[in-house]
Amino acid sequence: MAELNINERQAGDVTVLDMSGKITIGEGSVALRTAIRRLLEEGKKRILLNLAGVSYIDSSGIGELVSSYTAIGKEGGQLKLLNLTQKIKDLLTITKLLTVFDVYDNEAEALNSFK
Amino acid sequence: MTVEELSLPSRIDTVATAAAAVADFVGRSGISDDAAFGIDMAVREAVTNAVLHGNRQDEDKIVEIILKSSPDAVEISVHDQGPGFHPEEVPDPTAPENILKTSGRGIFFMRSFMDEVDWSIRPGGGTTVRMLKRR
Repeated sequence: MAELNINERQAGDVTVLDMSGKITIGEGSVALRTAIRRLLEEGKKRILLNLAGVSYIDSSGIGELVSSYTAIGKEGGQLKLLNLTQKIKDLLTITKLLTVFDVYDNEAEALNSFK
Repeated sequence: MTVEELSLPSRIDTVATAAAAVADFVGRSGISDDAAFGIDMAVREAVTNAVLHGNRQDEDKIVEIILKSSPDAVEISVHDQGPGFHPEEVPDPTAPENILKTSGRGIFFMRSFMDEVDWSIRPGGGTTVRMLKRR
């Protein structure tokens, strides 16, 4: 089984990536980077990462989230985060990234925020 | 005192191998789940640094890990065979100008999750990071 599974779905003009597994150095971080690059190449710039199934993230994974955030921002798009586990929320808090990312616990609210 | 030693190749997949071995050791040591989570985070970052920045993925070089469990604490040392490391040269990743950097948070996590973290240069070369988590 892959370290990180990513399922893509479309909700209006927002692309939702439902992710499960680990975003860690190596396979997990690369899978996220590849998915975001492909979406940008397809012109999909409104992206919601659903991290409900992500049990673990390391500094490499956090770096990849930041890299995704800035890459999408440069293209005039938006990256938002949905359903963080408490542990990931804690990691974003101590790294002061929780205030950088737009974070939601409710998908409908997250989707509406893109409008 | 229980002591175990691991000797692993300088590859990215060593990070997961080391984390699994440490989780097994920590599980047997009877430390709390919260402490075990912190140790797991710190070990992954320490081994990542040893593989990437210390040994630079040179497979002729190895990463050694020494695990010690006592009634008071769990101590983990990670040795590499690299050119040496100076933690004071790593900028604070939470400083406003560094928050959006894509790297540089590993040391910060190690210090955040462990009670003691220190680095030393080994006789004969390489760096040792020693991390301690009290019970």
